[in-house]
Amino acid sequence: MGTMTKPQHKGKRYRLDKPELLAPAGNLEKLKFAVHYGADAVYIGGQKYGLRSGADNFSFEEMREGVEFAKKYGAKVFVATNIYAHNEDIAGIEEYLRNLYEVGIAAIIVADPVIVDTARRLVPGLEVHLSTQQSTLNWQAVAFWKEEGLPRVVLGRETSLEEIAEIKKHVDIEIESFIHGAMCSSYSGRCTLSNHFTDRDSNRGGCCQSCRWKYDLFEDARPEGPWVSEEEQAEAQESPEPLLPGVTQLPLHQPEDNPFSMGSKDLCMLESIPELIEAGIDSFKIEGRMKSIHYVATVVNAYRKAIDAYMADPEGYELKQEWLDELNKAANRPLNTGFFYDTPDHEDHIYEPEEKATPFDFAGLVLEYDADNGTALIQQRNNFKPGQQVEFFGPNNTLFKQTVGELWDEEGNVLDAARHPLQRVRLKVDQPVAYFDMMRKRKSS
Amino acid sequence: MIKKPELLATAASLEEAAILLNAGADALLIGDDRFGMRLAGHFSLDDTAAVIDMAHARGCKVYSSLGGLMPNRLLDELPIYVLAIGALGIDGAEFGDPAVLAAVKQEAPSLKLHWNAEMTSTNYATANYWGRKGASRVVLARELNMEEMTEMVPLLEVEAQVQVHGMTNIYHSKRKLVQSYMSHQGRPSDGGSLGKERGLFLIEAERQDEKFPIYEDENGTHIMSSDDICILEDLHILMEAGVQSLKIEGLLKPIAYNAAVVKAYRKAIDLYAADPEGYAFQEEWLDGIKGLQDPERELSFGFFYKEQVF
Repeated sequence: MGTMTKPQHKGKRYRLDKPELLAPAGNLEKLKFAVHYGADAVYIGGQKYGLRSGADNFSFEEMREGVEFAKKYGAKVFVATNIYAHNEDIAGIEEYLRNLYEVGIAAIIVADPVIVDTARRLVPGLEVHLSTQQSTLNWQAVAFWKEEGLPRVVLGRETSLEEIAEIKKHVDIEIESFIHGAMCSSYSGRCTLSNHFTDRDSNRGGCCQSCRWKYDLFEDARPEGPWVSEEEQAEAQESPEPLLPGVTQLPLHQPEDNPFSMGSKDLCMLESIPELIEAGIDSFKIEGRMKSIHYVATVVNAYRKAIDAYMADPEGYELKQEWLDELNKAANRPLNTGFFYDTPDHEDHIYEPEEKATPFDFAGLVLEYDADNGTALIQQRNNFKPGQQVEFFGPNNTLFKQTVGELWDEEGNVLDAARHPLQRVRLKVDQPVAYFDMMRKRKSS
Repeated sequence: MIKKPELLATAASLEEAAILLNAGADALLIGDDRFGMRLAGHFSLDDTAAVIDMAHARGCKVYSSLGGLMPNRLLDELPIYVLAIGALGIDGAEFGDPAVLAAVKQEAPSLKLHWNAEMTSTNYATANYWGRKGASRVVLARELNMEEMTEMVPLLEVEAQVQVHGMTNIYHSKRKLVQSYMSHQGRPSDGGSLGKERGLFLIEAERQDEKFPIYEDENGTHIMSSDDICILEDLHILMEAGVQSLKIEGLLKPIAYNAAVVKAYRKAIDLYAADPEGYAFQEEWLDGIKGLQDPERELSFGFFYKEQVF
């Protein structure tokens, strides 16, 4: 008699077999690149309720097209509806959420419980993911949101790998963590510098990034006055050197020092893929809805390769220098590991003047490859001309450098340069390329 | 005579608690450094017991702040603290982290909860949501304007609390930003504390006349507003709207100052309640406050009359 096998319980288990790579998509074109370069899911912003009022956010029509495109790759589209709503924002929520569901959005990323609640009630088919703006740091809070019907929580960036593993141990829920990109140095949502300095509401998408402005640090040196507490007065009396008359504040910086800043280095966890997976993080999130196509494609490509390599052979996995080199071609700030291992210190902040520019430009997009004569038809995205060094890269292991040779237009006329945006030019390529591969070029300094 | 709103003040110590109750506070907000957020001062359980006795003896209330963003490691201690303050007869607790709900349900189910998520408590529907989860009061974000607050009150299924005086937090990071900066300068141990008592402040390059206090504690780095909210002149608008609790934030202020502020608001509340029709603000009520006001900090209406964009 054969052994009876119990039927497997098919109930939903909140654990993805392979971590999801979740990429930002500031517009439809970026969405296509993100998906083609290997994102399992993308998150976008709509016309309302998002935190990037400066981005060219999606219309419902564009969302529909994005969802259709993503579907062909088995990828999902999420919409960030992560503002903290004011009274006046409430009236339109229902209609907006219905539209999102109707165009095929898989999940919304939400901070404000009024949107959580409305979505759960009105469109139960639309998944609700709790935004990092809620600064969720502990498993009990995560358990609360699970009870509320949320299948996923995006943790606060302040959680360490150890804390994340603990959360996963206590609660069966999908955990999403930011693994790459720019970071609020404050608890997300707990900063109103922008409101105070420029009357722009940071929690409704108006953040003017005042944390990256420059400040000077002082200490109060007024010895007495009704506004000075007894404690402070006592302390002043104890201070070894009496202040010069009239001195009321002491600078805590020398003229040659960099100013005080809250600005954080950017997060990069590429070197820690095994640890992230072992901690149980289900979704690896890349920041950057305002970033360029080149940035999104390059970063997604690097993480895709690392995740796939690890999943294919966890034992034999090794980080490749090539992936790190790729990331550095898109980075415009120094990188660090945030709170994953330890609380950031002075090494993790940016005090020096920032170089905003990324080292590479997106020079052209491969539209076609002609294997017979080894040429590619390129759509121009930035000026290039014969004699320049360029680099081709793409999701299917395209990665090589070459010098641009002769350029032709589609009629076969020789061109001295590709000057015009979206101009279609043909050139010889040293190795085979494919549709959607990109050609980048180092910025001339 | 109408129902008076509660006048709530923060207390840094037993000494301040006594003085503020004498000055006319109806309720005090205190807390334990482990769980509270930006407390005026730390209250041990013994001091908490004492302040509760002191307040209850005069028919006043004491609330504890559990407003911290809690890491896992606090989850074991939290229920113990909740049980302890519940047993002492505390009148309520402020919370921002949902973890507090579980602890209260388990250890002190009758404890009144005030939902205070700082700058993110911005609309009536979310306040009512937390009401359904067990909160009986919402502490409104300081970044709301007067119209948003007053239109919200009739739609609330919970009480509303509004900060009417003092400084506000404008940035909170878990990072040790002052310490990091000093290390960056190569002076990691300048010897002094980086806490509230040090009197540290920031000046932004384009705003030389504004001083933003900054300090570090176990919750990270806190940057505070360069001005002090003072709604005394228009307090009647909030009272007319039916706001149930008016809060005076005493953080980083000398006791004498906080006492003067409590006295001034006490007077306004009492006079308004006695005769709402005949009530008129008198400029001189501000004198006691102005005499002790730090000349480098402006008294302002905060965001009450500001238009914000995004």
